[in-house]
Amino acid sequence: MSKKVLIAVPSIIAARGLERIFSDLGEFEVAGILRSLPLGRETPLQRIKADVLIVDPSGYDADSALSIRSGIAAQCDAAVLGFQSSLLPDEVWRQFDDVVGLYDEPTAVIKKVRDALSTHHEQPDESEPQEQLSQREKEVLVCVAKGMLNKEIADKLNLSIYTVITHRKNITRKTGIKTVAGLTVYALLNNLIEV
Amino acid sequence: MAQLLERNFQLLGVISRLGINFRFGEDTVAEVCRRDGVNTSTFLLICNVYSIAGYTPTEDFLANVDLDDIVKYLKRSHSYYMGEVKGGLREAIDKLTEPCDAARKKVIMGFYHAYEDELEKHFQYEETIVFPYVKAVLAKTAGKDFSIARFEENHTNVDEKLGDLKNIVMKYMPPQCDNALISDVLWRLFMLQLDLEKHTFIEDNILVPVVNRLENNE
Repeated sequence: MSKKVLIAVPSIIAARGLERIFSDLGEFEVAGILRSLPLGRETPLQRIKADVLIVDPSGYDADSALSIRSGIAAQCDAAVLGFQSSLLPDEVWRQFDDVVGLYDEPTAVIKKVRDALSTHHEQPDESEPQEQLSQREKEVLVCVAKGMLNKEIADKLNLSIYTVITHRKNITRKTGIKTVAGLTVYALLNNLIEV
Repeated sequence: MAQLLERNFQLLGVISRLGINFRFGEDTVAEVCRRDGVNTSTFLLICNVYSIAGYTPTEDFLANVDLDDIVKYLKRSHSYYMGEVKGGLREAIDKLTEPCDAARKKVIMGFYHAYEDELEKHFQYEETIVFPYVKAVLAKTAGKDFSIARFEENHTNVDEKLGDLKNIVMKYMPPQCDNALISDVLWRLFMLQLDLEKHTFIEDNILVPVVNRLENNE
């Protein structure tokens, strides 16, 4: 089944260009193009149920630009990529699963979207539950056990803070361990860290 | 009374904490409660919490509950957790981790001690702040600088640590640890968790609303 993409980019030229990149493949279906994505209560997100969102943060004021990702997360569980049409502070870009730019090659755009989707949905396959921690989850766990904050982990492993949070949720779901102290014991007993 | 215990033996802990004595022969619940000076309605309320899943106390019960008995029960539960339960659990975990290397033993025991400390701190807060406040409300001498609504905080962290400990012991103990000893520790942890759930329920759904009502009637 093709993945639904929602594009929220003010430049209609850029939006049509993205649409074209996706429609050539059959792997994705562009479910909608918006000039801007309202972040209030009534948004089209719940209705469209997109798998991927591509959002240009340049249309938002400085404060709302920082909370685009969390605003979307409250409404739906899509992977969210930033679209870079202008220069904005690093914090703005860091919230996204990845960032595509005006000058990216179509293949690079597709690869980023695929990667974002697979990281975002590192949920176990229904048919064969994958309950072992993935390599990435182990890396995140080691950082957690060392007492690092989400932002520090994101910087170190070059991930968005939301990906780190997703990994942490999955770690807790798989191990049943919720507290940092408990995860540290886990990491030690499983030889992921030395004392 | 004997039939009640036959139906749910978890109530054994309840009757001992309320100070109800055995040797009750064929006496009814009301007779035994009268003999040992326990409010029957309060006793039945606690029995319901322990025996009926998803129980919600009726207005009738809440109106007739004796807060002194509830506080007495909660205090004795604290001593029970911090005495018998803590001692047994500590010893069992110590024994379980004996064959582990020093570093692992230290980290597991350290986690357990941290849990113990947190539980103790939580109980102490209740004993030094909350229960005296309840007594003051009953005596109509309570000041305005505390209200029972502020009490509904901070059970979660303690619960999470216990859940973590259970998962660690169940799933990740080093291979040299003895199965029977793991099982023994798990029994203790499950029983403690079950009892603490009821304990918290009594605090949040009986103590808090009843005191709240008294505050509003003042």
